[in-house]
Amino acid sequence: MKIAVACADDNLEAAVDARLGRCANIVVVETDTMEFEVRRNPGALAGTGAGVAAAQLVADAGAVAVIAGNYGPNSLSAFAAGGIKAYIGAGKIREAVQALVDGKLEPVQ
Amino acid sequence: MLHADRPTVSVAAGKGGTGKTLFATSLAVALNEVQPGQVQLIDCDVEEPNADILLHPQIAEREPVKVLVPEVDLDTCTRCGRCAQECQFSAIAVIRDAVLTFPDLCAACGVCAYVCPVGAIAEVERQVGIVERGMSPEGIHFVQGRLSVGDQRATPVTKATARMVDVNMISILDAPPGTACPMQESIESSDYCILVTEPTPFGLANLQDAVETCRRMELPCGVVINRDGIGTPGVTDYCTAEGIDILLRIPQDRSIAEAYARGETLAHSFPQWRDELVDVYDAVCKFLRSESTLTT
Repeated sequence: MKIAVACADDNLEAAVDARLGRCANIVVVETDTMEFEVRRNPGALAGTGAGVAAAQLVADAGAVAVIAGNYGPNSLSAFAAGGIKAYIGAGKIREAVQALVDGKLEPVQ
Repeated sequence: MLHADRPTVSVAAGKGGTGKTLFATSLAVALNEVQPGQVQLIDCDVEEPNADILLHPQIAEREPVKVLVPEVDLDTCTRCGRCAQECQFSAIAVIRDAVLTFPDLCAACGVCAYVCPVGAIAEVERQVGIVERGMSPEGIHFVQGRLSVGDQRATPVTKATARMVDVNMISILDAPPGTACPMQESIESSDYCILVTEPTPFGLANLQDAVETCRRMELPCGVVINRDGIGTPGVTDYCTAEGIDILLRIPQDRSIAEAYARGETLAHSFPQWRDELVDVYDAVCKFLRSESTLTT
């Protein structure tokens, strides 16, 4: 399955970004192979609607779940409506994704 | 659009707290003394209107301000996502099978409905604010716009408020601070913009932005220096170098601040200021007359 992760950098050893809407990049990881692609977050520099723009990217990338340090209300309502699970994560992306696969991450209520 | 012999004057500033509202309301009160019932004060600072605190108007009419926002017919929608791709404000999103609209982010541009290949998007009215009209006890015609609490886009309300200019009256527009869209929307309805500033480096930097904005809009402007006597000579030097009229200097004076804190204008508490305030308007009229003679 594909997992989208908020990130300031462009690789799996980088840290999960504290914010989804304003993170620089969104890393989309295929958990079966740990292959990934880096997409620039259009929300990073948006005047308003950053969370919605990031959520749209996550959905368009085909991700079924998303990991970030925190979320705004708009992105959360978008994920809830679209059935994409949002998780709170920190630390290295590789480890956060593994934690999600192992069922150790907290989903946002 | 010069408003004959009663030009509309906007009062603006590159930053908040310089004394726009103090000056605008004082000017209105002073002018109303010499031309009773002929003065209109329009508070265009719709995010935080406060001229009413000084003028105590009785509000008689209230009109809602509405904008058009998308409403999606989910049965017709194919989830193609064109609307979300084209929206510059992320006000509409297609997240897998769900279509979401975020009315508070919407700029009411209509592009979503325009690009929808199956006509699934209708544009429906949404109230974003209110325009209130009334009269102050001394007979100043009062207008103010008020953005709905929680709404972010002030411009439609500013526009609706500034539209209330009565060209047959002496209209004073109190603009919102800064140089962004709401400020520009406010001063666009005027013939002349009075920029209020403080004589500090910070005041100067913001004044330069405001002057640049006026110039790009081809709107003549002059300067009122508030809290004169503090800071540096930078503002005066800049105005001299740029050929910008300094229309009035209001000194740094604790008694003015105290009167303002009591909710009184300069014209209310210091009658000696009335003539000087009227002179500012006369100077603006004179300048605009000379300009129109030059250009015709």
